[in-house]
Amino acid sequence: MEPILRTDRLRVEYPPSRRGDPPKVAVKDLSLEVRQGEVFGFLGPNGAGKTTTMSVLLGFLAPTAGEAYLFGVNVRNPIARQRIGYLPELTYYYRFLTAEEILRFYARLFGLNGVEAERRIDRLLKLVELEHARNRQLKHYSKGMQQRVGLAQALINDPDLLILDEPTSGLDPLGRMKVREIIQRLKQEGKTVFFSSHELGEVETVCDRVAIVHQGELKVVGRVDELVRTHQANLEQVFLKIIGYPTCLAA
Amino acid sequence: MRTLLALAWVVIKELYRRKDFYVLFVLTALITLVLGSVNFFEDTLMVRYLREVTLLLIWVSALVIAVVTAARQIPAERESRTIFPLLAKPVTRGQVVLGKFLGVWLASGLALALFYGFYLVVGAWKAASGSLALGLQAFWLHWMMLAVVVALAILGSLLFSAPSVNSTICFVVVTGILLLAGHLNTLAAAQPGPGGALMYGLYFALPHLELFDVRDLMIHEHPPVPLGPLVIATLYAAVYAALLLVAAWWVFRRKPLST
Ligand SMILES: Nc1ncnc2c1ncn2[C@@H]1O[C@H](COP(=O)(O)OP(=O)(O)OP(=O)(O)O)[C@@H](O)[C@H]1O
Ligand SMILES: [Mg+2]
Repeated sequence: MEPILRTDRLRVEYPPSRRGDPPKVAVKDLSLEVRQGEVFGFLGPNGAGKTTTMSVLLGFLAPTAGEAYLFGVNVRNPIARQRIGYLPELTYYYRFLTAEEILRFYARLFGLNGVEAERRIDRLLKLVELEHARNRQLKHYSKGMQQRVGLAQALINDPDLLILDEPTSGLDPLGRMKVREIIQRLKQEGKTVFFSSHELGEVETVCDRVAIVHQGELKVVGRVDELVRTHQANLEQVFLKIIGYPTCLAA
Repeated sequence: MRTLLALAWVVIKELYRRKDFYVLFVLTALITLVLGSVNFFEDTLMVRYLREVTLLLIWVSALVIAVVTAARQIPAERESRTIFPLLAKPVTRGQVVLGKFLGVWLASGLALALFYGFYLVVGAWKAASGSLALGLQAFWLHWMMLAVVVALAILGSLLFSAPSVNSTICFVVVTGILLLAGHLNTLAAAQPGPGGALMYGLYFALPHLELFDVRDLMIHEHPPVPLGPLVIATLYAAVYAALLLVAAWWVFRRKPLST
């Protein structure tokens, strides 16, 4: 079966900050496949190239070399993005709008309005627990509340593939648990989730498979249970070992 | 269209929920009212003077609102990073440019309507309303001119990284055109050589925004403008705005949006 998300020897270079320097290679020959119905963790230390890879998948950046496909359609074609939901990292949604207005705006971009849109908005605000604040402008929201708005907007079109960039960042333990529950529910509904995270404990509980990237290169990809079994360690220890942390597994 | 209206709606909501627009309006109103309440000239002169000042304030305020709002749009989307969830929806970059343009232009139209309404109220108060038809025409022409200005500022916002730099450049360019563009041909005739040729070139290439300024007709109570020139001016503005928007789309289309 055609993978839902596929990258083929993807390479992304950023122009150098000073003239004469070599370009900064953020992603090197990355080949990945994510299958239908999988929860896939995209892991790596800060600056590994996770957000950059997602930017290519969403068409914000053109790859320097290689190709990427969503639902078998090259990401250069906007059609590839019809059935996805995307949660960007660190976004400050429209300050002058309320959560309800923001979701209504995004719904309209998918051609949803009227009763159907309102029903979805109600359901999503309940899901991310923002019902009490739905009529407050976002400038009065805390960071975690903004992140919840982000999660709600990513789900507005009932997408088949979710691309989430650090969905739990900024959330309290309860919010994190909630995100875990949401991801598990999406999986039960047969959706595919591709997400980056630094919370390896969480990743271990929700993911089927993970990939670990370091300095733009794919270091390992595999089933979480197999990685844990072959390395005789938990995911965090496996991660540290793979990125070459010197004192790894010392404890 | 649905997408464009949705994008425009966000711009309009933002403008009326921000306070800076009201400040300009209140300032214009205050200055006009203070001037209007002192009668230091004979009556007809006083009325003309009052009209001149009010219209000048309206022109300056409308320009500030249009340029600053337009220049802010796309950079603010990038700064807050909302451009990412936006473009991850079925929205093209061309639609973002057009939607933002539509929003800013409609919002400036609303602001402008308020200003012209105020102008009429002041006229009625001083028992010198002038022609209502001419007032409406002036509003219409002014609004069409703002379409060109808004498109210019949106293009600028994609070329210059800092909104303040872009705003300043737009002000200088627009004011320059308003004050000089009409005289470029005379200047060119007086100047031989490449300088003159350049001025001729500019004279034909630049949008003649000064043609949309009918303040003198209002001040001196001329009859309304005939329909023909009005239609031509409207089309003229539409062509320039469209050209600038195509250029903006061209620049934005290939721009890498790194996070
Ligand atoms: N706009 C840019 N210009 C130049 N280099 C960039 C740019 N954005 C990212 N980089 C570089 O590309 C590399 C990958 O960055 P990226 O944001 O993809 O990392 P990440 O895996 O998402 O990290 P984090 O976990 O911190 O979010 C980093 O070395 C970063 O410095
Ligand atoms: Mg990142």
